[in-house]
Parts: sequence; C-alpha cells; structure tokens
Amino acid sequence: MEVLFVILPFALLISIIFVLSFVMSVRDGQYDDLETPAYRILLDEKKQNNNNKQKNGEV
Amino acid sequence: MNSQQKVESFSYDDAIVKKFSIATIIWGAVGMLVGVLLAAQLADWRVNLGLEWITFGRLRPLHTNAIIFAFVGNSIFAGIYHSSQRLLKTRLFNDTLSNIHFWGWQLIIVLAAITLPMGVTTGKEYAELEWPIDLLITLVWVVFAVNFFGTLYKRREKHIYVSIWFYIASIVTVALLHIVNSISFPVDLMKSYPIYAGVQDAMVQWWYGHNAVAFFLTTPVLGLMYYYVPKAINRPVYSYRLSIVHFWSLIFIYIWAGPHHLLYTALPEWAQTLGMVFSVMLWAPSWGGMINGLLTLRGAWDRVRKEAILKYFVTALTFYGMSTFEGPLLSIKSVNSLGHYTDWIIGHVHSGGIGWNYMFAAGMLYYLVPRLWKTKVFSEKLASTQFWTATLGLLLYYLSMTVAGITQGLMWRAVDDNGKLVYTDFMETVDKIIPMYWIRLIGGSLVFISFLIMLYNLFTTIKKAPKDEKEDIYEAPALKADKENTDTGHRKLEGLTAIFTVLSAVAVLVGTIIEFIPSVLSRDFIEVSEKVKPYTALEVAGRDIYVREGCYNCHSQMVRPMASEVLRYGKVSEPTEFIYDHPFQWGSKRTGPDLARVGGKYPDSWHYFHMLDPRKVTPGSIMPEYSWLYKEKTDYGVLSKKLGVLAALGVPYTEDEINQAANSAREQAKKITEGMASSGVEAKMANKQIIALIAYLQRIGTDIGGDK
Repeated sequence: MEVLFVILPFALLISIIFVLSFVMSVRDGQYDDLETPAYRILLDEKKQNNNNKQKNGEV
Repeated sequence: MNSQQKVESFSYDDAIVKKFSIATIIWGAVGMLVGVLLAAQLADWRVNLGLEWITFGRLRPLHTNAIIFAFVGNSIFAGIYHSSQRLLKTRLFNDTLSNIHFWGWQLIIVLAAITLPMGVTTGKEYAELEWPIDLLITLVWVVFAVNFFGTLYKRREKHIYVSIWFYIASIVTVALLHIVNSISFPVDLMKSYPIYAGVQDAMVQWWYGHNAVAFFLTTPVLGLMYYYVPKAINRPVYSYRLSIVHFWSLIFIYIWAGPHHLLYTALPEWAQTLGMVFSVMLWAPSWGGMINGLLTLRGAWDRVRKEAILKYFVTALTFYGMSTFEGPLLSIKSVNSLGHYTDWIIGHVHSGGIGWNYMFAAGMLYYLVPRLWKTKVFSEKLASTQFWTATLGLLLYYLSMTVAGITQGLMWRAVDDNGKLVYTDFMETVDKIIPMYWIRLIGGSLVFISFLIMLYNLFTTIKKAPKDEKEDIYEAPALKADKENTDTGHRKLEGLTAIFTVLSAVAVLVGTIIEFIPSVLSRDFIEVSEKVKPYTALEVAGRDIYVREGCYNCHSQMVRPMASEVLRYGKVSEPTEFIYDHPFQWGSKRTGPDLARVGGKYPDSWHYFHMLDPRKVTPGSIMPEYSWLYKEKTDYGVLSKKLGVLAALGVPYTEDEINQAANSAREQAKKITEGMASSGVEAKMANKQIIALIAYLQRIGTDIGGDK
C-alpha cells in the first residue's frame, strides 16, 4: 500500500498540470471558435497559375 | 485582405507522400502474403515445409511487424505528411529529413524481414526486433519528430486542427513506449536480454503492446480520419467540439488499459482491475469518435453507394466501432477468462487490423493516389470489386475465428459433475476447430487477393498518369502573429505547440508512472522465494532456443487461478516463479497447450521424439517439426558471457558459475543424453541444440510446481 504515497501526489500533480494547460489553451483562443476550423480544412489554398507567377502574390 | 498581412508563396512536398504511398502498397501485399502462409500452416502443419526460416514461430512476428510497422506505418506517414502540409499551410520542414525518414524506415523493414526468419528476436510481442534495429528505429523516429514539429513551428495557420493533435500525441507516445520497452543489455550484436524480468517485464511489455495498438494503429489513423473523411465528402466533421473531447479523453484513458492483456495472470490484482476499469471506460470516447465520423456523412449516404472511397471509410469506421466495443467486452474479467489465449482474440485483432486499418488505408490511398499523380483512378469498378472481396474475406475471417475461439474456450473449461475435465486431451479441442482454420484461410486469402486488386489498380493509375513532376505553387497569408504584439504573440504560439506536446506526454506518463514504476522500484513487490533458483547454463541456452523459435507464439506459460486450468495443467502460477525470466515468456495464445508446468511431466525422450516429429507422440498434432535442432550444435562458448549479462541484470550467479558455464552445460547435456540411451538416443547428440531445449523444458515450473 506504500505505493499510494507515490501514486497520489503524482496523480494530483498531473491533474493540476492538465487543468492549467487546458485553461491556458482556452485563454490563447484555441477553443474560441469550434465551428469554422471544421469548414476551413475543406477550402484549399489558392493555387497560383505557374505561368504568370509574378502577377500573383501581391496585394 | 488585410494590407499588413504578407502573402507568401509556397509549394507542398508531395514527392515524399508518393514514396510512402507506394511503400504502403508494396509492404501491405508482403505482410498479407505472410499472413496467408501462416493461416495455411495452422490449417495444415505441412505448409511449414520443414524449413526453419518459415516455420510458424519465426514467421508470425514477421507478419505482425510487417502489417503494423510496414503497412500501417508507411500509410500513416503518407497521410500525416500529406494532410499536415495542408492543415498547416506550409511545406514540410526539411526535404532531406523527409527522405532520411523514408529510406531509414524502409531499411528497418528490410532488416526485420531478414532477422526475424533467422530467429533473431527479443521474444517480446510486437517488439521482437533486436537492439541494433531498435536503435535505428529510435533514430528514424526522432528524425520524423523533428521534421513534424519543425513543420508545425513554421505553420501559416494559427489554429491547430484536431488531426494535428492526434499526430502529436502519437509521435510523442510511440517514442516513449518504444524506448522504455526496448531497454536491454546486449550479449552480442544479435542477442540481448531485457533489463526487466518476469512480472515486471510482462507489465512493461503489455503496456507497450497495448499502446502499440492504441498509438500506432488507432490515434494516428483517427487523426487521418478527421481530415480525409470530411475531405472525401466535402463536408465538415459532424461536431468539431466532439472531436476535441474525443481526443483528450481517448489519450488520457488509453494509456492505462494495458493490464487487460494480463487478466488472471500472476500480475497483482489491483493492476488487473485498473486495466479492466479503464478498458471499459475507453468504450465511450471510442464510440464518440466513430459516431462523429459516421455522422459526417449525414445527408450524403447516397454517395456511399457510388463512391468506393466512402465505402471504405464507412466500413473502417463501423469496424472501429465494433472492435472498440469488443475490446472493452474482452477486458471484463469474466469474458476474458473465456476468450483469452483463444482464436477469439485473433478474430478481434483482425476486425481491427483488416476492418479498421486496411479499409481506412484503402480509402485514403484511393483519395491520395489520383490527386498526387494528377489523374483519375484507373478503374472505379475494380475499387468496388476489391471492397466487396475484402469485406467478404474479413467476415469469413472474423466469424470463423470467433466461433473457433469461443468453442475452444468452452471446451477447455468444461468440467463434469465429478469435477473432472470433459476434454482431457488438448488435441480434442484442436481437432474441433481445424475446419475453422480452413475457413479463416479462405477469408484471409480473399483479403490478400483484394489487396492485389488494389495494387494492380493503383499502379496502373500511376503508370497512366501524365508525367508532370512540377510542383504547384500555393499562396497563403503569413501568420499575423508576428505583426501584432510583436513579442508575446509569437512566443505564445511557440508555447502552444509545446503545451500540446507536453500535455500528451503528461497524459501518457500518468499511466506509465502509476502502473509500472512502483513495481520496478519496489523490491518487496514480488516476494523472492528461496525455492526459485536461477536457470543452469544449459537451461539458459535452451531458453534462448525457445525464444528464437518463437514458441511463445503458440504456447503460454501461465496457469490461471481457475479450476479447469489447475486440473489440466497443475499448480497456479505465482509471481515469484518468474523473477529470473529475461524476457518473460507468458505468451498470449494457446494454439498448443500451456507449458507452465511441463517440466517433469514427460520423460526426456518424449520431448526428444516430439520435437522431431510431434505426431509420433501426439497423433493429430499440428505442431511443426524442428529437425534442425538435431543438426545444429549448442554454442557453449557464449554461455559465460550470457550468464555474465544476466548476473549484471540481477540474477544471482556466482563468479564460479559464470566462469564454468560451458563446462557445466556440457556435463548436464551429457547426463541428459545418457539418460535417453535406453530409448536409442546416441551419445554424440549431447552437443546438439535439442538437448539444451529439453533441459529448459524439463525445468519450466518445477521450482514451485514440484511440491504438490
């Protein structure tokens, strides 16, 4: 049973790290928007026409 | 577009994705061919052909390694490299690293294909490769990790899509699993002993083995699923929110479930219960993921009828759901007591391996190949034919193995009113399921044929593709983080990547620390019995032959605490018996009977004639013949070194025992051979490997099992 003295502090410590990291990622805005990321992956990047490369890429 | 945002031009490295895709197809065919050969060997032992290199025990690790690491491995590398570039809107970090990763991985596969049939093995399931190859795997994996995290670092998309998280968790966890499980002490280039022994080795090994399934065959593929299923149907995933819940809960729970492979063994009860509870909990996130994938197709089910890609994805998800239901079910102790060691488990893993991994890989390849080579698939019809062939084969395979497993499990445990075994002869239970082995062979062959159809279909697609090696140029805005909050913004982003990596590592470490560190640390954890003595030098030599021939692939060494097992095999196995077992050889399958109490059960001469021709002493046996053990000599010279290594790992050999290893082994061999003289065994056989093997077999389980 001595093993519990090893396990419990570890478990607690890790739970705390978990909660903190989750809060941090929420604060960072990773979970602000749970709709558009699913749509965004469906849009492919604009493909340049290889022949007139120089015309694109400018604002 | 914001005028402050710079638009950058870039291209994707699709050449590396092409390479991994081709490797997937080739190794998949090889792995399945070996599988068919093994299935034939079980249906009819003569298919072993009397050749040591292709005998079942040596070949089975080649099949499992080829399917897991070569077929699925190459497919996830292809998918991860393809999807990550698009999800992160950037080219892979470094083309050279990508190529080192590719060629390094193929080299590992080739080395595995050479060494495993030679009998070079550590004897630990799914981690059979010896230490030099293990080092190479670590190296290549680090290259992969650097390449991946480098790509993540230079991304042009702030939000990290759920697929990427699955990849991160997989990369970090596999590295950890591989390193911890493979730590061993080399004897020479081709042989090493794991630092763990017995129960501890079992715990580490199955923590690894289970998570090889979790973090190699499941989480990376789930990441791919969250990208390719929406892309194939051009609809967003059903619930992005659910996918995030799926991810976090899955990686946190998965890592604890390893002990469900060791229920009713000599593993401590609390560890077994922990494994069982977490396995049952796994059901929820797994089904969350399956439902999320399937519902992505809502309103578009008509397309499943027409498009082969969607057929594959839907079937893959369905089998993911079924095997993640069956897994927790089999982890419940009472169910496990019936299913463990039987072919039911073989059915279960193939419902995952063929149903989930093969089906998903096929769908992904049919998506990737035409796009990568900028053409159309050669034949939609062939893709569909392949699908139905594979599905039929899979069903035959799965059903026959489940029936065989449950049948045999019930026969093993059947006890009559007088408290006696109903089927005392193990062979009765084997004879009963031989027809199922034939059905499995048919099912497996259909799966293999279906794969060949894909090979033909996709290679023809590639051959007919226009020769256009030019890379497309894409454009996307640079991450605006550099502009806003010049300082903190960028750092925050870096931090975020690090956080996800650390988080995944942490989730995995929780399981690790709690489950096996205490057992490794604590000396009192396993009682050391005075009765248990280290193996003699000759027995060590014999044990290494046992490991080399892969006996553990068909024979367990573990009497579980059940009436029927005690009646059939003898005294229940105790943790203390295995303290000198580097590696442990508990096994996971009983194609043949358990060997935990085989020592002293038969005379030496029985083993001598049994290994030469099993049918001579056990009519109807399906075991291969081991004729080479009667020709090859035992290597006495290396024994001092072997005992020295074992002593360094904690086996209490005296200085004298180590130095005199060769002499004492010769003496013991001579004695055994002389004892068999009356049976017609010539004295000159003493230096042959069979004698060493007999010495080991006669020792197994006698230290504790001897006293009735």
